[in-house]
Amino acid sequence: MPLLEVKNLQVRVEDREILHGLSLTVNEGEVHAIMGPNGSGKSTLSHVIAGKPGYEVTAGEILFRGENLLEMSPDERAAKGVFLAFQYPVEIAGVATMTFLRTALNAQRKARGESEFSTPDFLKKVREVAKSLNIPQDMLRRGVNVGFSGGEKKRNEILQMALFEPSLCILDEMDSGLDIDALRIAADGVNALRSPGRAMVVITHYQRLLNYIVPDFVHVMSRGRVVKSGGKELALELEASGYTQFEDVAA
Amino acid sequence: MEVLMNVALAKMNTEGPVDELFTSARGRLPGSRIVAEARQAAFDEFARLGLPHRRIEDWKYTDLRALLRKIAPLAPAPDKAALALASKAVKSHAIKGTQKLVLVDGVFAPQLSDIAALETGVRVHSLRETLENDSNPVRADLLLTKLASGAMISLNAAMATDGVVIGIADQAGISKPIYIVHVATNSGTSAFTRSLIQLGHGARATLVESFIAAGGAASYQAHDSVVLSIGNDAELEHVRLVEDAPDAANISTAVVTVGAKARLNTFNLTVGGEVSRYQAAILISGEGAHVATNGVNLLNGRQHADTTLVLDHVVPHGESREIFRAVVDDRAHSVFQGRIIVRPDAQKTDAKMMTRALLLSDDAEADNKPELEIFADDVTCGHGATTGALDDSLLFYLRARGLSEKEAQALLIQAFVGEAIESIANDALREFAITAAQRWLAARG
Repeated sequence: MPLLEVKNLQVRVEDREILHGLSLTVNEGEVHAIMGPNGSGKSTLSHVIAGKPGYEVTAGEILFRGENLLEMSPDERAAKGVFLAFQYPVEIAGVATMTFLRTALNAQRKARGESEFSTPDFLKKVREVAKSLNIPQDMLRRGVNVGFSGGEKKRNEILQMALFEPSLCILDEMDSGLDIDALRIAADGVNALRSPGRAMVVITHYQRLLNYIVPDFVHVMSRGRVVKSGGKELALELEASGYTQFEDVAA
Repeated sequence: MEVLMNVALAKMNTEGPVDELFTSARGRLPGSRIVAEARQAAFDEFARLGLPHRRIEDWKYTDLRALLRKIAPLAPAPDKAALALASKAVKSHAIKGTQKLVLVDGVFAPQLSDIAALETGVRVHSLRETLENDSNPVRADLLLTKLASGAMISLNAAMATDGVVIGIADQAGISKPIYIVHVATNSGTSAFTRSLIQLGHGARATLVESFIAAGGAASYQAHDSVVLSIGNDAELEHVRLVEDAPDAANISTAVVTVGAKARLNTFNLTVGGEVSRYQAAILISGEGAHVATNGVNLLNGRQHADTTLVLDHVVPHGESREIFRAVVDDRAHSVFQGRIIVRPDAQKTDAKMMTRALLLSDDAEADNKPELEIFADDVTCGHGATTGALDDSLLFYLRARGLSEKEAQALLIQAFVGEAIESIANDALREFAITAAQRWLAARG
């Protein structure tokens, strides 16, 4: 059974249809890249998979291990193992990062019927992961993402990914706003999480990120559809020729 | 003719029961001669003004004629059974490391208080014994305040059955918080209490007040006033916790005078009561004083809670800060009125006030009325007020991380009130206030 199956997904926001019948299948252990120009519907796809309100699914379905994801609340999806690394992680003043991490992890564990982490075990785990991602301890004491640089915010997303151990990671424009050093640290963090039981969907506008996170499959999106799929060499092809060629395919 | 008759009828309807309230209580009100005269004068003032209503500017949002309708009759003095119920309630509201002074249905209960174990430098008498001490020439002054006329403070002066009179010696550093617990054990009646606290020069102390119900007491009214006098260079932390029964009313007034270079840090949390009003008049009478008055209202159902603060800077170099947060759910109504007065001589005053309300339902209401009255020209003053709902993008982020809707809301609400609660300096009291807030959040389900 595939981990994620998106079948003929049609999505509207208010009166405008954004996705016009998108299909995508992701198996455990695979890394898929979704590329496409701005406005092609990449972020919409990630939001709909994560369960963000404001999108109306008019047709099609999303199955996660064969279960209908669209019937689940965002927190149920998270507990099932769906993780969205946000393009723009929000700042939550007054909620210490540590408190947030513990509350979220234990909420997911509770939903799965697992026991909550004890404080020492939790602290140990966070410290280990934070160290590997070059996240200083004082960052964990601050409010969630408050005063964090762009790179720090993205590393905080990866920290959560490492902590929650999801089976499907969707990385929405992880490279946006990052300089090359920050990108490398973030990509190393992601690569460390690649495993046979975990799939990743890497959404990006630029091929650059795929030099660091090398995908197994590349899909090109244009105007709300996947217009071409291929291996990692497709990304290089795109880098050379741009997205214009696909505009016609979609039209 | 008919019109005239209606007027006459209306007058009888309001005044009759009001007079009865006082006359029937008189036999139980401590103090004779000058005290009784002061009570009569105070009651006449109340009878003249009547219950405050919406056409009186200060009470615009809290119309007691509509919300209370009438003042409930005086609660009977607590009997053995009432004291036993109160004792149980006090135990469940215990705060570690405090020295308790317990008032049950408006009567000081020494047997429930830590009166024998008071810290050196703290003197406590009951208001009753002080008013009944005929050799005390200033005893009637205990019923006066420097506050300009006000119906509710006058009613309180007329009807006060008891309270505590606390003196803290000059330079005394009192380490254990003094904890005044107001317990209601009787339903459908009123308790009138009045306490006076004088903090000597250079003294340091912490005062906590809480309002609770015992044994399922319901529909009662707590009428309290506190007169605080903070000496020069003295330091007081004052925390109030209003956790009355869901259908109770609490009308409280604080009249505070702050001396030179003194520091006052006050915090009020209202989670209980159907109708509550906390009004504080703080007079900064000495130069270089620092006052922080913060508060949080956590309201649901049909609760109505009003916090009205008047900060009066009359001398130079005063500093005042107000942080107020309201979380309003269901059909509840939160009111914050903050007035900062800077008198002509109060140059170099630095006064700031920030009030924010969070509405959790479409029917919730919050009224914020910040007012600055500035008569000096070299001052720094500012205020801000916001009202809004929880941020959807923050809620989604938390839910995408596995928090249920209620858990996500709870975390954001805690963060919202956090800044105000964190202002409590005493660790045990801060924890107690946080726990009370968490209880409120947990009760939302």
